[in-house]
Amino acid sequence: MTLSFMPEEIMETIHMVQVENLDIRTITMGISLRDCTHSNIEIVAQKIYDKITKSAAELVRTGEDISKEYGIPIINKRIAVTPIAFVGEGCDCKDYTILAKAMDKAAKEVGVNFIGGFSALVHKGFTKGDENLLNSIAEGLAETERVCASVNIGTTKAGINMDAVYRMGKIVKETAELTKESGGLGCAKLVVFCNAPEDNPFMAGAFHGIGEPEKVINVGVSGPGVVYNAVKHSPNVDFGALASVIKQTAFKITRMGELVGREAGRRLQVPFGIVDLSLAPTPAVGDSVADILEAMGLERVGGHGTTAALAMLNDAVKKGGAMASSYVGGLSGAFIPVSEDAGMIRAVKEGALCIDKLEAMTCVCSVGLDMIAVPGNTTAETIAAIIADEAAIGMINKKTTAVRIIPSPGKKVGDSVEFGGLLGTAPVMPLHPYSAEAFIKRGGRIPAPLISLSN
Amino acid sequence: MCSYKNNASEIEGKRLIVTVVGEDKVGIIAGVAEILATHKVNILDISQTILQDFFTMIMIADISTSTINLLELQTLLKEKEKEIGVKIDVQNEDVFKYMHRI
Repeated sequence: MTLSFMPEEIMETIHMVQVENLDIRTITMGISLRDCTHSNIEIVAQKIYDKITKSAAELVRTGEDISKEYGIPIINKRIAVTPIAFVGEGCDCKDYTILAKAMDKAAKEVGVNFIGGFSALVHKGFTKGDENLLNSIAEGLAETERVCASVNIGTTKAGINMDAVYRMGKIVKETAELTKESGGLGCAKLVVFCNAPEDNPFMAGAFHGIGEPEKVINVGVSGPGVVYNAVKHSPNVDFGALASVIKQTAFKITRMGELVGREAGRRLQVPFGIVDLSLAPTPAVGDSVADILEAMGLERVGGHGTTAALAMLNDAVKKGGAMASSYVGGLSGAFIPVSEDAGMIRAVKEGALCIDKLEAMTCVCSVGLDMIAVPGNTTAETIAAIIADEAAIGMINKKTTAVRIIPSPGKKVGDSVEFGGLLGTAPVMPLHPYSAEAFIKRGGRIPAPLISLSN
Repeated sequence: MCSYKNNASEIEGKRLIVTVVGEDKVGIIAGVAEILATHKVNILDISQTILQDFFTMIMIADISTSTINLLELQTLLKEKEKEIGVKIDVQNEDVFKYMHRI
């Protein structure tokens, strides 16, 4: 028989992993907690703990086995659960912090580094459970280590709940204050969404949507380093050829996600949900989305041309990735989190990248203003206005947008906030000095746009 | 419980790819082959080449009749790696099949 692969093919794969940081960013198990309701909140907490620890007992070990056998690093093993606002709704108690603690304890027991789903969907208004959850977010995040919270405040179909936007502005401030000793770290685990996806495997915004099955395995791929190297080796080609190079690379990366997702699902006896086709950077050198944009020919990310470069990159990644996977979902687009991308951090520090350009970039990629540190004295109203702007982009463009912003207590423009690990270092960015207070305080809902009338 | 079937037939997981990269020296193939033979891992094919100035050996092997599993074999080959000073990887063949074949 002949060798089934060319030596170059085999070495290309190995090179991608060992030199270019190809990895599977996360295997996320979605677990429904809809059967954990009870009027007594302590019983709910116990049920949540029991169900998570039982369902995900083998998750981490399975991920590690697959990683070794296939020779592909799987960086994170994580869990997403039903939005806790639904689970806690039937309780007499109004403080859901105990439920966050139960999630945290279960996450530690099974060995996952983050658990998402301390969440509520309030794009059209608040139920009793939503109110309780929102009131518990700041404390829930301050008193746990691994719990992530998210709130959906708008959709293309429903419009934007501006009361919720204002509430989230205040909650972000409150969370920063309660976690001020770590620079406002709680805010790094709090995402405000418009058009939140129900099957997103990435933190901090992952939750197990209400249309999802009992359990599911979703996979998030990574690989900015691989795309960067492919682009770097194509310096003199036109955009058609460059798009082809990116598509082929994205195809290969996504195939790894597909393989790992299917295999994890098979071993855990849990259906495989989706592969999220995202380019997720890390603070590691050579694992940056900003570097790709600069390799395309920009002197610095944030300069003129950045939005066009990102749009082209994002689209080529989707085209290549969509061919490689049978089920695609989640956020599926390049991420541009400032603190988690060495190239972004450099551009902000040099003054090349400002918040307005970041906002423009979020129009053409996933996901939004992500991991941005702003001065500690930023008001709740200004944060709400930033959330409203992002939500408007998502609503009108029928896409997911999000805000994960850290008004780091005591910090001012020019300072940096160190979060450590995958969350990285955030340079504090300047904001516009003009107030949106009167606008935000109007309250009510921004009506659904004309494009929502698609039936 | 599964409402969708995970397609297990696509994932066979019996064949391995062993890659050795490093400086060419006496006994590399023998050293790796000895470990495989001892544990009844059948070598199906071997290729040797020089890629970017490095000696590169690729073996395709079948582990289905072996007395040990892939993770145990990895541990044994890691010890060999230190002993002979070359880089040895062993991976399930499906990684390459998924990436390079449709």
